[in-house]
Amino acid sequence: MNLMDIAEASLLTPYELDTNKLDHVFDHLVGPKTDLADLYFQSKRSEGWVLEDSIIKSGSYNISQGVGVRAVSGEKSGFAYSDEISMDALLASAKSASAISKAGQNGRIKSWERQTAYTALYSPENPLDTLTESEKIELLRLADKTARSASPYVEQVIANIVAVHETILVADQNGHMSADVRPLVRMSVTVIIEKDGKRESAGCGGGGRFSLTYFTEADRIKGYVNEAVRQALLKLEAVDAPMGEQVVVLGNGWPGVLLHEAVGHGLEGDFNRKGTSAFSGRIGEQVASKGVTVVDNGTMQDRRGSLTIDDEGVPTQCTTLIEDGVLKGYMQDKMNAGLMGEKSTGNGRRESYDSLPMPRMTNTYMLAGEHDPQEILSSVKNGLYAVNFGGGQVDITSGKFVFSASEAYLVEDGKVTRPVKGATLIGNGPDIMNRISMIGNDLALDDGIGVCGKAGQSVPVGVGQPTLRIDGLTVGGTAA
Amino acid sequence: MMTIQTSKEELIALSQFALAEAKKQGASSAEVGISRGDGLSVDVRMAEIDKLEYHRDQGLGLTVYFDNAQGAASTGDLSEGAIRDAVRAACNIAKYTSEDDCLGLADAELMATEFPELDLYHPWELSAEEAIETAIRCENAAREYDPRITNSDGAGISTYSGFNAYANSHGFAAVKASSSHSLSCSVIANEASGEGMQRDHWYTSSRLATKLDSAESVGRTSAEKTLERLNAQKLSSREAPVMFIPQLASGLLSHYKSAVGGGSLYRKASFLVDSLDTKVFPEFMRLYEQPFIPQGARSAAYDGEGVATRERDIVTDGVVQTYLLGSYSARKMGLQTTGHASGVHNLTADSTGQSYEEMLALMDTGLLLTGLIGSGINGITGDYSRGATGFWVKGGVIQYPVEEITIAGNLKEMFANIVAVGNDWDDRISTRTGSILLEKMMISGE
Repeated sequence: MNLMDIAEASLLTPYELDTNKLDHVFDHLVGPKTDLADLYFQSKRSEGWVLEDSIIKSGSYNISQGVGVRAVSGEKSGFAYSDEISMDALLASAKSASAISKAGQNGRIKSWERQTAYTALYSPENPLDTLTESEKIELLRLADKTARSASPYVEQVIANIVAVHETILVADQNGHMSADVRPLVRMSVTVIIEKDGKRESAGCGGGGRFSLTYFTEADRIKGYVNEAVRQALLKLEAVDAPMGEQVVVLGNGWPGVLLHEAVGHGLEGDFNRKGTSAFSGRIGEQVASKGVTVVDNGTMQDRRGSLTIDDEGVPTQCTTLIEDGVLKGYMQDKMNAGLMGEKSTGNGRRESYDSLPMPRMTNTYMLAGEHDPQEILSSVKNGLYAVNFGGGQVDITSGKFVFSASEAYLVEDGKVTRPVKGATLIGNGPDIMNRISMIGNDLALDDGIGVCGKAGQSVPVGVGQPTLRIDGLTVGGTAA
Repeated sequence: MMTIQTSKEELIALSQFALAEAKKQGASSAEVGISRGDGLSVDVRMAEIDKLEYHRDQGLGLTVYFDNAQGAASTGDLSEGAIRDAVRAACNIAKYTSEDDCLGLADAELMATEFPELDLYHPWELSAEEAIETAIRCENAAREYDPRITNSDGAGISTYSGFNAYANSHGFAAVKASSSHSLSCSVIANEASGEGMQRDHWYTSSRLATKLDSAESVGRTSAEKTLERLNAQKLSSREAPVMFIPQLASGLLSHYKSAVGGGSLYRKASFLVDSLDTKVFPEFMRLYEQPFIPQGARSAAYDGEGVATRERDIVTDGVVQTYLLGSYSARKMGLQTTGHASGVHNLTADSTGQSYEEMLALMDTGLLLTGLIGSGINGITGDYSRGATGFWVKGGVIQYPVEEITIAGNLKEMFANIVAVGNDWDDRISTRTGSILLEKMMISGE
């Protein structure tokens, strides 16, 4: 079965819905001034297991489904949803959503066209079924055992595993119908250690759009555990972080959170259409150092941030945001692209059927440069080398962003010396991008754990970058 | 339109069906929560509708126990068939989870038996037209306030009302009806030079539509807050006193709540492990809980496990009076639940008596903190480092706005370093606290 068949069989047929009935819904939804209208059917199953105190402490199974109904007229969006998939619910939602523009008899779909040509970036297989319950639990027990034998100082191990299987179907006013079946798995291990009366904690994990068997592959769990233990032990030795502006070298991979916050959000179409981003109206301008090329790529196989099609039915793509330091384009959904005279870049995403889509990132990363990472570190007289981060946040209007280093070291005379305590780094996106002075040749993406929040909606994303040298970023430490 | 009584009875009936089904499928005990509500939210921008959203949510979450092993499931479909499937899924999970003596319902004798009227349910019959008109009035008030307000992120109005049922196999079953309404506005200001765009916002919220501030005042205040941010500067790094405005003071106290919360304590993942009866704050600090405030943001007669809530001191004379425990963490620690399975129900911090102006005067020279960004807090060590915005204050008088700085310290020391708690409460915030002045923090900047 292709994705469309799977989606129709699970989202339309059981509720006695077919294209004739959807025609009827669009009749009630679309008016002469409607620019865009769609129905978003979604069904989602997820399962999670938690180990703590060396026992399988809890497990949960969640089922949700529903349909979101949207009508857009110019800059206006009307939206209603129902957690019941039925003709009555669809008509009631269509009536509510169409209130922003008078609807009536304009929505007749001429012919329905099922979009099936795109290539799926992941398997439609239900990840919940890829391991038995006993096998899932065994993975958690393995994490516990491995952690407790990795270090005598491990006091507590919390491990969890989550699998999500989601089927979506989008039908729009042009008669386009698209479907996707999305797996998503994630595992994480957190350890709490105690040594000489001092306690610390650290976590590590990974995941993506594939089967749970990913975690059974050789040394996968051992890798997470050892990394969590290493980071926690390191924190015990950490000295106070410096304060004030420092030369900062960022490690590759997950520190790409920098790009996500410093430029990513500011390049989302909605903010730029409204002129509220620090990057608004700057296409074609030099917004970053030469050599800096940043892309948002939703087309990477199996990646956590990837999507075969976005939540508006548009196939994802690799969008160049910044090329050699010059701002090239924004990430767009259908509505904002339409209003800005552009095309959707396949970045229209939503947390669920009960939320409106918005331009969102997928996998956002900077392309590699030519410097050896060691060469970059050697170039720093005094500074900070930050290799692991918690989260970040940005005020897209002022451009100010933060991200919290969880593993960082002092750099003294080109040498990485002592670990420092967690500290927040703060900067101004457009400004910081111009202070990137060296770009490593070691591009890496994160391990598949990123979650991005915007306007109350969370979606899975990826980030990545090579090692970078930034000539001045304010470090929120306590050591003068 | 269903009456309140019918809605309540319907949720109770569904909860009893779920519990009966759990029993039928072999569970030794079970608990279930069901919520159902609806609402409307309207966003306008540049005097036009931006979004009109109708909300209708429902969900059921249940936990079954087979002796001391647990399984949980949730569903958005409240049909009997879907509930039966959810119970089945939960029971299946319980076959694989481990026995844990600390799991299970809270003890039966702790269940709430009295349900005072808390006056939390005041639905607002707000039409889309009226909502749009009000939001536009709000945004207009902001945009017309000053020519330097050059753009808008819009104004939004939202109303939500609904029911939350909780029942367990001790025979406890109750439904809480509640409503919440809010109006907010966010605008953007620019200096004539066009450099340094700034955005800020303001909002009003209440359980009663009639208690919301006027659309015009919300709009004007959002404009004032935004204009105040223009020409913000960086500071050079320094150590200085920091005054947290009430909204952020409430955040500071929430770090205390997490640190003495059962979840962090039984894992020993808190910087306040073994802090009961010890002095964490200065002598003058008193924090107390009042769960029965009519229309209160966090008012409740029972917690998330049906346990009766009660008025109590959390901190007296700076000394920790109680941890904040649910039944699981309590059993892990060999204690009894304190009725905090769903957090603290209306926390108040006693003021040391100063008004906002007096607090500024008391600080004399330092940072008035009005915004925090990022989440740089280590709950185990209490290390704290976050992005900050605010105003530099000299001689008790605001000098200029500051941005792109961080404040850092350690929460344990920060709590001990509290100098005063103002009486400038912000009624929108569930924690009733005035501004909090800290003796010193490290400010990192240029």
